[in-house]
Amino acid sequence: MNFELTEERQMLQDMLRRYLRENYGAEARNKIIESQAGFSAEIWAGLAELGVLGALFTEDQGGFGGAGFDIAIVFEELGRAGVVEPVAETCVLGGQILAAAGRADLVEQVIAGGLHLALAHGEPSSRYDLAQVATTAAAKGDGATLNGRKAVVSNAEAAGHLIVSAREADGLSLFLVPRDAGGVSLQGYPQIGGGRAAEITLDDVDVPKDARLGAPGGALALLEPAVAAGTVAICAETLGAMETALRLTTDYLGTRKQFGRPIGTFQALQHRLADMLIELEQARSIVILAAGHLEAEPALRDRHVSAAKHLIGRVGRMIAEESIQMHGGIAMTQEYELAHIAKRIVMADHRLGDTDHHLERFIALGA
Amino acid sequence: MDLSYTPEEEAFRADVRDFLSEKLPKALSDKVRDGRALTKDEHEEWHAILNARGWLAGNWPEEHGGTGWNAVQRHIFEEECALAHAPRIVPFGLTMLGPVLQKFGNDAQKAYWLPRILNGDDWWCQGYSEPGAGSDLASVKTRAVRDGDHYIVNGQKTWTTLGQHANMIFCLVRTDPDAKAQEGISFLLVDMESPGVEVRPIVLLDGSAEVNEVWFTDVRVPAENLVGEENKGWTYAKYLLTHERTNIAGVGFSTAALAAVKRIARAEMAGGRPLIENALFAARLARVEIDLMAMATTNLRVISQAAKGQAPGVESSMLKVKGTIIRQEINDLARRAAGPYALPFASEAVDGGNDPIGPAYARPVAAQYFNNRKLSIYGGSNEVQRQIIAKTALGALK
Repeated sequence: MNFELTEERQMLQDMLRRYLRENYGAEARNKIIESQAGFSAEIWAGLAELGVLGALFTEDQGGFGGAGFDIAIVFEELGRAGVVEPVAETCVLGGQILAAAGRADLVEQVIAGGLHLALAHGEPSSRYDLAQVATTAAAKGDGATLNGRKAVVSNAEAAGHLIVSAREADGLSLFLVPRDAGGVSLQGYPQIGGGRAAEITLDDVDVPKDARLGAPGGALALLEPAVAAGTVAICAETLGAMETALRLTTDYLGTRKQFGRPIGTFQALQHRLADMLIELEQARSIVILAAGHLEAEPALRDRHVSAAKHLIGRVGRMIAEESIQMHGGIAMTQEYELAHIAKRIVMADHRLGDTDHHLERFIALGA
Repeated sequence: MDLSYTPEEEAFRADVRDFLSEKLPKALSDKVRDGRALTKDEHEEWHAILNARGWLAGNWPEEHGGTGWNAVQRHIFEEECALAHAPRIVPFGLTMLGPVLQKFGNDAQKAYWLPRILNGDDWWCQGYSEPGAGSDLASVKTRAVRDGDHYIVNGQKTWTTLGQHANMIFCLVRTDPDAKAQEGISFLLVDMESPGVEVRPIVLLDGSAEVNEVWFTDVRVPAENLVGEENKGWTYAKYLLTHERTNIAGVGFSTAALAAVKRIARAEMAGGRPLIENALFAARLARVEIDLMAMATTNLRVISQAAKGQAPGVESSMLKVKGTIIRQEINDLARRAAGPYALPFASEAVDGGNDPIGPAYARPVAAQYFNNRKLSIYGGSNEVQRQIIAKTALGALK
């Protein structure tokens, strides 16, 4: 048993933390969030250059990390700084699927920072269920024609390729579709927790034979491990954001004066702060557990991943709400740095399954 | 990062498991599993079995007859014992007094008292709490006045767990009433058979008789029973409390209790289906199971630090709060799972009655629920722990 980071991971963590401290302060971040693209190409290039993107892939995939703990430490730091760049979308969700499907050339571009991806899987009525897909893929010659709608596709506008799920004769399959392919239309919008997404309409989109990722009917075999890794990433990111929320709140309790003394001297607030700190350690532990089981057999992996996402959703809400409440009015402003952090934490519950969804899944996997 | 145990630790776990399956009497484990109170003889029987194996004093160094285990080994042992429904080791001599004597006692005290603890010659109890001193321990009022080579002790202790079985009590007594609260306290060993000692049982709300009041009226205690220096008792008391806080998370107890809830929920029917399939109940159960998974990992993080020689600080307080909340939540689930058959009064059904009412699993659940409200009160109430956590995070504010 050992809960210490390896030297390499410690270095990666230190380096990333320093880079973000210097380049991703609250002011810079607010500018990025309000920008047209919704993220910074400069930061993206910086992350690629530092090797942060490569740390999310295994050596076999062309990277130099890729284990659960690599994902966890990278995303904890991204979360700590409130980073909105689409690392989870491009490198974990999209990147893992392409790597598993043997698209090494594209993975290489991703690691170099030259290609963005978006997973176009969810639909207006699928909610968090991976198997609910109405989009169709009809055979056409060697290839297929795609028709359907995809909902809240994060990073779609920036993506060079979309990974589209569609139902065909053999079952649910994945297809790699250029974002500018004929028949693909996007309706883009900003998201409340940062970053942009789009509603996508696929109207007779013709794709060639080699657009299919994996085997016909093999979508879930590719999706499930990638979504598990993406869920660990979001959990770790939220943990990092919660650490920032607690740091801001603790500082504020020590400096904000009311009735002639720091509000941190009031026991009503002290005990609530203590509960937040206890739950933060719970959150840290569950992220460690999930990251440590990411390479386990699927049922065991998913049980731990769902436990983590459930707990992070529950604890995240508590810490975000309590941080806002204990700050008072200042936390209601868009400008104050807690605002974005709190939104990031709460809205993480809407990415890849919320606290109830994962509780239900945890129960189903335990039987 | 490596979440698995080493091969040596796994081998140790296997040894403990083998030992428990071979040596733990079924009559004892049945009683523990069913939540029935153990007699003094039964406690002593289990201690003797452990002592014969050399495993009674898990937190003592080998030079005093202990195991010399590190924090990970102790954790494995405690976890396996809890899962096997072994009786809890009575902590007063072994976990609490032993380490204090080893650190602060003189050679004669160590040579005399420590072997007697291992051999079960003495049953110790703890004379800390008083009617006016709960979590605010430094406000003890029991007086000890030096009279030649004796102290004369007057006062009252309370919440003395299993004091009815004890022949010895270690006490915090006030030897200097004029000093500041923490500075006039001494640590004294008192023979319960001395004239002037009186033990009165306190019946708890679950009907159990596990705690007592102990009254001292002009009790003469030999001065050689003073541990360490006069008026330095607060230092020893605090040291003892750090040992009281080992295994504070109670992961093993909670794991065993959670398994028990699942057994009940599989047997109980709700709407024609096993209760465990009921969506509301399953959600509540899963929530606490996930909390326990996380806390078990937090506990291992602290243990792995401790095994490297780093003393746990505020983490002990965090584990105390979260660990007791989880245990109490599991107790609540067990009570609710049992349904109407939780209603018959447990002290009759559990410990006496020839003709118990309802399913066996339902008998102890309400009593355990009420009894374990104590978890968040004793050992420094959860509010005191929250105060420690907040003060550590905020520092001194003016």
